Amino acid sequence: MTDLAIHAADCDISKRLCDQVRTAYETRTPLRIVGGDTRAFYGRPVEGQPLSMAEHNGIVSYDPVELVVTVRAGTRLSALQAALAEHHQMLPFEPPSFGEDSTIGGAVATGLSGPRRPWAGAARDFVLGTRVITQEGKLLRFGGEVMKNVAGYDLSRLMTGAQGTLGVLADISFKVLPIPTASHCLRLSMSLDDALGTLAKLGRQPLPITAAAWHAGELFIRLEGGTSSVKATQESLGGEPLEASFWASLRDHTHDFFNVNEGQALWRLSLPPNTAPLALDIPETDIFYDWGGSQRWVKTALDAQTLRAACQAAGGHATCYTPNAQGGASEPFTPLNAVLEKYHRNLKTQLDAHGIFNPGRLYAAF
Amino acid sequence: MNILFDERLDGELARRDKAEVLTDIQQAVPTLTLLHREEDLRPFECDGLAAYRVLPMLVALPENLEQVEALLKRCHALDVPVVTRGAGTGLSGGALPLEQGVLLVMSRFNKILSVDPDARLARVQPGVRNLAISEAAAPYGLYYAPDPSSQIACSIGGNVAENAGGVHCLKYGLTVHNVLRVDVLTIEGEHMTLGAESLDAPGFDLLALMNGSEGMLGVVTEITVNLLPKPETAKVLMASFDDVEKAGRAVGDIIAAGIIPGGLEMMDKLAIKAAEDFVKAGYPLDAEAILLCELDGVEADVDDDCETVRRVLEKAGATQIQQARDEAERAKFWAGRKNAFPAVGRMSPDYYCMDGTIPRRELPRVLKGIAALSEQSGLAVANVFHAGDGNMHPLILFDANKEGELALAEDVGGKILELCVAAGGSITGEHGVGREKINQMCSQFQADEISVFHALKAAFDPKRLLNPGKNIPTLARCAEFGAMHVHNNELPHPELPRF
Ligand SMILES: Cc1cc2nc3c(=O)[nH]c(=O)nc-3n(C[C@H](O)[C@H](O)[C@@H](O)COP(=O)(O)OP(=O)(O)OC[C@H]3O[C@@H](n4cnc5c(N)ncnc54)[C@H](O)[C@@H]3O)c2cc1C
Ligand SMILES: Cc1cc2nc3c(=O)[nH]c(=O)nc-3n(C[C@H](O)[C@H](O)[C@H](O)COP(=O)(O)OP(=O)(O)OC[C@H]3O[C@@H](n4cnc5c(N)ncnc54)[C@H](O)[C@@H]3O)c2cc1C
Repeated sequence: MTDLAIHAADCDISKRLCDQVRTAYETRTPLRIVGGDTRAFYGRPVEGQPLSMAEHNGIVSYDPVELVVTVRAGTRLSALQAALAEHHQMLPFEPPSFGEDSTIGGAVATGLSGPRRPWAGAARDFVLGTRVITQEGKLLRFGGEVMKNVAGYDLSRLMTGAQGTLGVLADISFKVLPIPTASHCLRLSMSLDDALGTLAKLGRQPLPITAAAWHAGELFIRLEGGTSSVKATQESLGGEPLEASFWASLRDHTHDFFNVNEGQALWRLSLPPNTAPLALDIPETDIFYDWGGSQRWVKTALDAQTLRAACQAAGGHATCYTPNAQGGASEPFTPLNAVLEKYHRNLKTQLDAHGIFNPGRLYAAF
Repeated sequence: MNILFDERLDGELARRDKAEVLTDIQQAVPTLTLLHREEDLRPFECDGLAAYRVLPMLVALPENLEQVEALLKRCHALDVPVVTRGAGTGLSGGALPLEQGVLLVMSRFNKILSVDPDARLARVQPGVRNLAISEAAAPYGLYYAPDPSSQIACSIGGNVAENAGGVHCLKYGLTVHNVLRVDVLTIEGEHMTLGAESLDAPGFDLLALMNGSEGMLGVVTEITVNLLPKPETAKVLMASFDDVEKAGRAVGDIIAAGIIPGGLEMMDKLAIKAAEDFVKAGYPLDAEAILLCELDGVEADVDDDCETVRRVLEKAGATQIQQARDEAERAKFWAGRKNAFPAVGRMSPDYYCMDGTIPRRELPRVLKGIAALSEQSGLAVANVFHAGDGNMHPLILFDANKEGELALAEDVGGKILELCVAAGGSITGEHGVGREKINQMCSQFQADEISVFHALKAAFDPKRLLNPGKNIPTLARCAEFGAMHVHNNELPHPELPRF
């Protein structure tokens, strides 16, 4: 898309959004913040008056030399990515896109990151600042458009991944990075044990790896960086070439693996690096190891408690991606312990006294 | 300006009898080392911002978590404020004690609990020195990336509290990007784990919130950091310029060429001279500014990048470009930069270090503004600059023994920060607000934003016992300071947009 096409849809509706939030606050009416409505499956259902972000659209400022872009939250992810690509830049956290309508606000509110996460960082690592609509309908600015800023608490990162339960993201500033000059993807036939061992060994070396996954007897690796190092690493690792689109299919769940069978639920296990395979009754073909093994997609009929206990024992947690499926968990997110829950509640009460922002989206209580 | 706690503006503190508090805590935590005599308290009266000193009521030096927990519970019950201190190298008075408060010193928590080379993690106690982590990881070819210039002394707990940065931040991130998990004790003495060894944790991102929260939300008791493989090679180019603005523009040109250097630092003439006199780094004394550009990674890529950067620098008008020939020369180039503060300290009885950040494109304008302020005030200013990420460290030279010079230096410092805010930047990039920049917070944030910060604080510490008077000003303080401001609102660039 050209700059012109992107800016044609530019529209700042923050005033109207503020009015809507203020009214909701005064009348204590719950709001359901809607970006592109593409991640409806994720999280708990929300009953509320829709607060539609899609019209709040457009790139507010983009200076490639500063490595900073500021966008309105309703901007389509695809439009932002196209604008960055024109300057050979990208959002380094590779946000998943579950459809053309995915908005940047939804991406930040869910805080999901793609295959590059372990090497480049998560969504929140690239959020430099936000304009937030608070419970009283005020548009306030936190963080900024500079790389470093430690004045005040880091509200922008707190909002990232909070799924709109603490406030409405109106504008977001990101740190962006150049698209690597060279890239090569490869696949190697390898058992799971060998793959995990290989990844641990490779991880201790300064190699240009930016994605690593294992499934059904194959290790998949993406190399990105300077031409010389990518070539050298490619030669030393060998293997067969792999389509680059493989990573997008993993990121966006369009890979065949994500066809979930009747009676199964899709789970995401988040585990410390180098965690051994969990002792769970799940066939190897129903597990997809991403993030070098730290993120594991699992199709299973096992109950939430069994999965969560195994993850917790290993230092991780489990999220159900199909809460509505038969066999899915009614609590998609791992419950918090009493102390954490207390401080989550305190925060929610402070920032959303009347529970108007996406109530019940994360946990029943807030 | 007097930066000491002022109950009229900063809020009332409970009055407690020192002897009673001492007896109470001694009885509750008999094994805890508690200092209470003036001569024992003296070494703790300030942090790295040494112009300001306050004797704390008591100093606690716990050795285990049970002691910290019990101490916090007693302080909470007695309404006694608690100021946490790491190594005391902070430059914003964040660990400045309170007369009516306990100073909780975490320096005895100095153990590296584990290094896991395959998971690339280290678990450490908060009093561990920043550099000690990289030293412990070195046998495995790993290191901890954030490298504040104070890294031989500052503690990782203090780094988390300040979200500390270093010369390698642009590429490798700040503390917040390199910490996976922290264990925290709340003011009520509850244990809480934020983050996880996995790459995310359920619930709100309280880990991100804790980074940079300046000891206001909890006491950090354990940290798990991410380790990185040491780059195969690092090469550094030094470019000289006959004009500061040209050097500033060259910084943008390097990034526009698609290169993210490991480090990209700039020094102006005065800073060059100070560093050269101090460490003989081989800096060109006739240059108006130098850029140090470090490229690291895999040998072959680094060589390609060095070539690209060299071309960019030539085109940008560098008068001389030198590549460090070997590791020894590279270390020498960096020694000048890393010792810039003490080097400037040798030129002048006192100096005052600022920490504003700006969008890089504003550099020429802001440098002009600083030069004008320097001229008006008659105080020399040396500029040291994390150029890659827009973090300036103007060092204002003064003599505290000369009547009025400290006040003048503070006034110039305050105006420099306002310049940064007006240019779309921030009053602090890495040193924190602490007590020092408490008034400037009122120029960066509106009252409504400050109220949200107070709401966050109230979620964790409703009695405002953790580090009161730091980081976030009261609205009363802003009203008073704001009023003063309107009165002499003479910003050097009134035409710049305000945010
Ligand atoms: C047929 C149908 C089925 C549905 N099923 C479910 C369901 O199973 N579970 C469920 O939870 N909801 C469900 N919903 C409700 C609704 O789709 C989601 O709750 C919706 O709010 C998610 O947002 P999104 O997909 O538009 O936003 P996305 O853009 O994908 O956003 C995802 C998350 O981010 C939040 N968000 C988006 N933009 C912002 C912003 N600018 N600031 C702050 N937060 C933001 C959203 O509220 C949401 O929590 C359903 C709706 C329909 C029509
Ligand atoms: C010469 C020199 C160079 C410097 N260079 C840099 C630099 O390049 N980059 C940079 O970022 N900083 C730099 N600094 C500033 C300073 O070293 C950092 O801010 C450092 O992070 C402070 O760590 P500390 O252990 O000394 O903390 P302290 O000074 O003891 O405390 C700082 C703050 O952290 C809080 N705190 C300390 N420990 C804990 C804990 N366990 N739990 C909760 N809160 C805690 C304190 O309450 C206080 O608010 C420099 C300082 C000097 C003197």
